[in-house]
Amino acid sequence: MTGHAHRDDFASRLGMWLFLVTEMVLFGGLFLGYSYMRYRYPAEFHHGGGELNATLGIINTVVLLTSSLTVVLAIVAVQRAEKKRAMAFLGSTLVLGLAFLVIKGFEWSAKFHHGLYPNSAHLATLPPGEQVFFGLYFTMTGLHGLHVIAGLSVLGVMLWWVATDRIRQDRYVHLENGGLYWHLVDVIWIFLLPLFYLAA
Amino acid sequence: MSGTHASTAEPSYLEDTGPRKGLLGWLTTTDHKRIGLLYLYAMITFFFVGVGIGVVMRLVQLTTFQKLVTAQTYNALFTLHGVIMIFLFVIPGLPAIFGNFFLPILIGAKDVSFPRLNLASWYFFMVGAILAILSLFTGGGAPDTGWTFYAPFSLKTGTNVSLAVFAAFILGFSSMLTGINFITTIHRLRAPGMHWFRMPLMCWALYSTAWIQLLATPILAITLVLVILERFFGIGIFDPSKGGDPLLYQHLFWIYSHPAVYIMILPAMGAISEIIPTFTKRPIFGYKAIAFSSMSIAGVGSLVWAHHMFTSGMSGMALMIFSLLTMIVAVPSAIKVFNWVSTLYKGSIDFQPPLFFALTFIFLFCIGGLTGVMQGALAINVHIHDTYFIVGHFHYVMFGGTGMALFAALLYWFPKMWGRMYSKKAIYISWFPMFIGFNMLYFGMMILGMMGMPRRYYVHLPQYHTMHVVATVGSWLLVLGLLIFFGALLYAIFKGPKAEANPWGGVTLEWTIPSPPPLENFDVIPTVTQGPYHFEQEERK
Amino acid sequence: MSEHLESTADHGAERQGEHPGYATFIKIWVLLLILTGCLVGVSHLGQTAAVWGLLTLTPLKAGLVFYYFMHLKYEGPLFKIVILVTLGTLLIFFALLFSDVAFR
Repeated sequence: MTGHAHRDDFASRLGMWLFLVTEMVLFGGLFLGYSYMRYRYPAEFHHGGGELNATLGIINTVVLLTSSLTVVLAIVAVQRAEKKRAMAFLGSTLVLGLAFLVIKGFEWSAKFHHGLYPNSAHLATLPPGEQVFFGLYFTMTGLHGLHVIAGLSVLGVMLWWVATDRIRQDRYVHLENGGLYWHLVDVIWIFLLPLFYLAA
Repeated sequence: MSGTHASTAEPSYLEDTGPRKGLLGWLTTTDHKRIGLLYLYAMITFFFVGVGIGVVMRLVQLTTFQKLVTAQTYNALFTLHGVIMIFLFVIPGLPAIFGNFFLPILIGAKDVSFPRLNLASWYFFMVGAILAILSLFTGGGAPDTGWTFYAPFSLKTGTNVSLAVFAAFILGFSSMLTGINFITTIHRLRAPGMHWFRMPLMCWALYSTAWIQLLATPILAITLVLVILERFFGIGIFDPSKGGDPLLYQHLFWIYSHPAVYIMILPAMGAISEIIPTFTKRPIFGYKAIAFSSMSIAGVGSLVWAHHMFTSGMSGMALMIFSLLTMIVAVPSAIKVFNWVSTLYKGSIDFQPPLFFALTFIFLFCIGGLTGVMQGALAINVHIHDTYFIVGHFHYVMFGGTGMALFAALLYWFPKMWGRMYSKKAIYISWFPMFIGFNMLYFGMMILGMMGMPRRYYVHLPQYHTMHVVATVGSWLLVLGLLIFFGALLYAIFKGPKAEANPWGGVTLEWTIPSPPPLENFDVIPTVTQGPYHFEQEERK
Repeated sequence: MSEHLESTADHGAERQGEHPGYATFIKIWVLLLILTGCLVGVSHLGQTAAVWGLLTLTPLKAGLVFYYFMHLKYEGPLFKIVILVTLGTLLIFFALLFSDVAFR
C-alpha cells in the first residue's frame, strides 16, 4: 500500500506527543489522588516523608537528569552523523537508567526490611494517613519504575538501530520519539522528588 | 466533490488483493475499511450478547418473588450487561466502526496515519473483550459489582473483579490508540483544499471524541490499576479501614466515565449531521455552530462528572458547581438539535430509512437529554437517584441516542460499505416494534423510578408490578424489531441487489467513489474547492 | 493552526532554525541541577517555603525539560497547544476536585 511508503516524520512525532498526553493524564490521575490525600492528612504525609531516604531520592534525580541529557546529546550526534558518539551517549543513558533502578531497588528493600510495605503488620499499626502515604509512595514510584524499564527497553532498541544504521542522519524520528518518552519519565520523577522525598 | 470518479476496474477492498487470502487476509489487514468491518462484526455480536442478558433481566422482573435466577446471578447479569454494552458496544461503536471506515474517505485520504497501530487497536479490543468474557467463568465467578466497580465493595468481593477490571483497562488502551490515530489523521492527511471548515461534520465529531478519549481514558486506566493493586497488595488508597477514601474512587471513576458518555454521543451526532443534509438536499444549517458545539460538548462535558455523586456526601460547594456545569452542557447539545431541525425546515425532504432513523434519534435523544437536565437539578436528583428513572434516562441517551444513530449510520452507509442495498420495506417494518417496544420498556422504567423503584434490585414490591410487566413486554417487542432489522441487513449483505455509487444523492467525498470502495479509496487524491454540503451548486449543474 | 499545517513540507521539516548543538543542552542540564539544589535547600526552610518551592521550582524544571530536551522550543505551535490543553485540563480537574475536598 502506498499509504505506508509515504513518510511523515511530523505525524510520527505528533502521534508520540499524543501518546505522551495519555501518559501525563495517567500520572495526573495519581497526582489528583495524592493531592486529595495530602489535603486530608497533611501531618501524616509530613511524617511519612521523613521516613524516606531523601539522599537517595536526590541522587536518583541527578542520575535521571543526566540520563535525559545524554539522550538529547545522542540526537545531536546522530544529526551530525557522529555514530560512535551517538552510541556512547545512548549507552550511558542505559547505564544511568539501570543505576536508577538499582538505587531504587536498594531503597525499596530497605523499606521492606523496616516492615514498611502494603498490607504489612507494621504498617497497619501506623495512623491511617501514613498508610495511605506509603500506599501512594509504592504505587507511584512503582509505576514510574515500570516506565523506566519500558523506556530502557525502547532505548536499547534505539541503540541497536543506531548501530545497524536504521537510525541515521536523514532518518532519526524513532530516536527522537524514544527520547521523548524517556524525558517524560524524567519529568514525572521531577515531580515525585518533592512530593515524597522532600515532603518532610 | 470535484469529480474524482475512480475507474470501476479497481478491485474493491472486499476482494483479496494482498499476499494473504481469506480470513487470514482480514486478520492481518491494515486497511482502515476492513478494520472498520472487523469492529462491526465483533461489536454486533457483543451487542446481541448484551441484549440477551437484558432480556433475561426483564424476565426476572416479570414475577415479584418467584425468580428465574438466583440473586447472585442477577447481580452478575446487570454487571455484565453494563460492561458489555458500555465498553464493548456504545463507547467504541461509532468511532471504531464508522470512524475507521469513513474518516479517511471523508477527508480524502487513502488510510489513517498509523495503519498498523490501527490493527493493533483492534487486537487490543478483542483481547479486552475476550478477557471480559473469560472473567465470567474463571476465578471466583462473574463480577457482581455493577459496571461501575464501586469501591470498597469491588475491593472486598470474592468474585472475579480483577480480571474484568483488567479487561476494561485493555479496552481503554484500544480506545486511546484509536484516538491518537484519528487526531493525527485529521491533522496530517486532509486532502488538498480540505480546510478545517470544509471537513464534513462527522470529522469534527470524531476529532472532539478523540480528544476526550485521550484526556479522559487514562484516568480510568489508573483508577482500574489502583483497584487491581488494592485487591492484590492492599495499598489502601480507596479502603477506608486503611485511611483511604471510596469517594476518591468515585471522583476518579467519573472523571472518565462521564466524558465517556460524550465519547458515545458525539460521533452519533456527527453521523446525524451527515444524514440530514443528504436527505433534505440542503447545506446544513449553522455548520460552524455544530462544529464548535462538538468541541464545547467535549470541553464542558469533561467537567460535569460529579453529578453522578450528588448523594455521596460531597461538599455543598461542589454540588452547586457541578449542578451548574451540568445545566450548561445542555446548551451545545440543544444547539445541535435546533440546527438539525432548521436544516429540515423547507428542505426538499427525501424520506428514506436513514432519515427515518435519524429523526427517531432526535426524538429519543431529546427525551434522554431533557431528563438528564432534570437530574442535574439537585433537589430532583436526590429523589430519583439510583432509581429506575436513571436507568430509563440513560437508555434513552445510550440506546435511543447512540444506538439509533448507529442504526441510522449503518443504513446510510450500508450501500457504500457492502455495495448492496437492503430491503427498505423490511427496515420500515422493523421500526414499529422497535420504537413501540423501546418506549414501553424505557418510559416504563422512568415511571417506575418516579414511583420509587430502586435500580439493581432483585425483587420488587407488588405496586411496581404492572409497570414491570409493561416494560418486559416492551423488551420483547424491541428484540423482535432488532431481529427483523439485522436480519434484513444480513440478508442484504449476501443477497441484496447491487447498489449504485451514490444511491442517496449525497455530496460528501465518500459518494464520489465506487461502492464498495476500491482498496486505496481514491485513484487520485481529490482537490477540494468548497464546503461539504453544497447542494445548490449540484442542482444548478 | 490549519494554515501552519498546510504550508508544511512533506517530511515535517517545519523545525524553526538550525539544530541546537551540544552546548545548549549541557547548559540546560547545569541549570536543572542548580534548580534541584535550590529545591532541596528550600525544603529545609520550613513547610511554607517547601510548598512554594514545590509549586514554582518543580514546574520550572519540568518546563525546561519540555522546552529544550523535548525540543518543544524548535517545534511549531501545534505541539505547544497540545501540551497546554493537557495541562489546562489537568488543572481544571484539580480545581473541580478541590471544590469538593476543600469545602467538605
